[in-house]
Amino acid sequence: MAEMNLLQAINNALDIAMASNDKVICFGEDVGVFGGVFRATSHLQEKYGRARCFNTPLVEQGIIGFANGLAAQGSVPVAEIQFADYIFPAFDQIVNEAAKFRYRSGNLFDVGGLTIRTPYGGGIAGGLYHSQSPEAYFAHTPGLKIVVPRNPHQAKGLLLAAIRDPNPVLFFEPKRIYRASVSEVPEEDYELPLGQAEVLKEGADITLLAWGAQMEPLEKAADLAEKEGISCEIIDLRSILPWDADTVAASVMKTGRLLISHEAPLTGGFAGEIAATIQERCFLYLESPISRVTGLDTPFPLVLEKEYLPDQLKIFEAIKHSVNF
Amino acid sequence: MSMDIQERVIHTPEFTPGNALQIPIYRVLQQDGSVIPGALVPELDEAQALKIYRAMVFTRVLDERMLAAQRQGRLSFYLQSTGEEATTVGFAAALDDADMIMAQYREQGALAYRGFSVEEFMNQLFGNDQDYGKGRQMPIHYGSRELHYMTISSPLATQIPQAAGYAYGQKLAGQQRCTVTVFGEGAASEGDFHAALNMAAVLKVPVIFLCRNNGYAISTPSSEQFAADGIAPRAVGYGMQSIRVDGNDVLAVCKAMQEARKLAVEQNEPVLVEAMSYRLAAHSSSDDPSGYRNKAEEDKWRAKDPILRMKNWLLAQNWWDDTREKQLLEELRQQVLAAMKLAQQRPPARLEDLITDVYDEPPALLRQQLENLKAHIRKYPEAYPKSAGGIDHG
Repeated sequence: MAEMNLLQAINNALDIAMASNDKVICFGEDVGVFGGVFRATSHLQEKYGRARCFNTPLVEQGIIGFANGLAAQGSVPVAEIQFADYIFPAFDQIVNEAAKFRYRSGNLFDVGGLTIRTPYGGGIAGGLYHSQSPEAYFAHTPGLKIVVPRNPHQAKGLLLAAIRDPNPVLFFEPKRIYRASVSEVPEEDYELPLGQAEVLKEGADITLLAWGAQMEPLEKAADLAEKEGISCEIIDLRSILPWDADTVAASVMKTGRLLISHEAPLTGGFAGEIAATIQERCFLYLESPISRVTGLDTPFPLVLEKEYLPDQLKIFEAIKHSVNF
Repeated sequence: MSMDIQERVIHTPEFTPGNALQIPIYRVLQQDGSVIPGALVPELDEAQALKIYRAMVFTRVLDERMLAAQRQGRLSFYLQSTGEEATTVGFAAALDDADMIMAQYREQGALAYRGFSVEEFMNQLFGNDQDYGKGRQMPIHYGSRELHYMTISSPLATQIPQAAGYAYGQKLAGQQRCTVTVFGEGAASEGDFHAALNMAAVLKVPVIFLCRNNGYAISTPSSEQFAADGIAPRAVGYGMQSIRVDGNDVLAVCKAMQEARKLAVEQNEPVLVEAMSYRLAAHSSSDDPSGYRNKAEEDKWRAKDPILRMKNWLLAQNWWDDTREKQLLEELRQQVLAAMKLAQQRPPARLEDLITDVYDEPPALLRQQLENLKAHIRKYPEAYPKSAGGIDHG
């Protein structure tokens, strides 16, 4: 075990992936000598050479188009989009190409080797264009997998699994806790399962569900609620697509209540999909309406980002409201 | 100023005109089949020349017959390549058969040259149970792993940066192969085109960008597509070599592509080839060109028929004669007709394949959705005639 922050865990996962398979190639804007603007790819070029870790021109649609071609050829590209806010020029290459490559060719060709890493989320004074959480746009696209880790241990195991998964994976990294989140991380090679949620804490009164950086305020809110005698079950969804409805439904059948929290805006957010599925599967078990604590339906603000974000106090209030419904 | 830009300092403003670079057209053959004196001819023996010719004629016959089938209501959609056969067959003939082709959708000639059988064409067109694409894509979206021909995708230009990536992978694997991506002059307006050229030039990948400049993007003439001298000069702006070729001259296309391939494979230099031609047919079976261009213009290009030009050359070589021409046409028409009948009679794609290949394995939710759908079809079989007969009724 070694103490690592989330960036070091990602760097470590990339290092292991590149060492264990020479088809793994890392590229994106500034990922070469510089090691990425957040330093997630530090020293990889030094270790594995310019052919396998390199800078690209500043063109997101080109990066993902190039990555799709590499994956189709049999390489294992790990492409970085510098901020999730800048992934949209590549939307067509992700949604129309990567996600449909295998299906449209009848499995003659696929881009299963593709992993797209991108930092997402607010709380870093990044304003409109360095704060977004775009997972819901991609969750509407069959053929993609979407993964969001909550801490260094999770990040390493999930990223290694994403790189080796035979499907294209979008890996959203919670940049607010890149350095703040520190944990013990096994130094060896290991994978954590995609498509499986994790119950972090068992409880009896309400199920609290989130992913990525949002796990932190969720756990703090649970502490506040516990002090008032409310027993919270906490689940990290980990994979947005495909998502683990079974684990969530089993929990809600036990607690009778569900609260979902994400930073992205409410309308069209992934919490809506979860709520619809859970009310179908758990209708007769529900004691109160499913609660969503999310960002506002506005672009991401700058000066007032604390007001915008679904923090522990907003979640705490929603927990009490749900329990007292 | 960037350290990579040549510095020549001036002291009065001096603009470089937009038409400063005019790229000539490389041509070998005249329409009567004679080789232009002094023109560089590709090395082509009789067997390969006849193979090229056969693929060109096959493509024309297939296009004529399948458009008719679409008009008869047998087929939902079709897309001809009439007038561009010299480009679509000629480029494939210049390659190693293991080079990857990532085409747009009007390059059936290249597939025909590589040996995609008439049955394989038909299975895709009819989306039957033998279609490699499992009935998922509209007609003409062919693909073949065996023939190194990437399955066609409708969105324009997406294959261009993919080709750069594919070629980078080939280079890394030390394969001595290249990737050729084909697209129209309209698709070259897409961002993906520019992204791809720049990345390929910077990363030095063995890719050939083959632009079929056929004058039209559906109804939009090239004069409304770009202000510059076509597509070829753009490559120079990205720092790569570029050539323009008469796209109706199979020998010129073939020779230009052979030379481009050398640059790509031997020197890891990306190359752009612009083939000048004309889309003689409509854009597709859903289009009617009489609304946007006149017959006189079409006739002018019909007189430059690339198949006739090659036939004239073959006759001049004494490699061909009118009897063999007649036999070939008869044979190919019979082949197409017979294969069409068979493909049309085959069962449609399987219901189970609605959910396969979305992921490597169908997730639980998809399996559940298929079960629900089957239960529904069992209840209303007459509403779903394509699949009702094929599902178990347990």
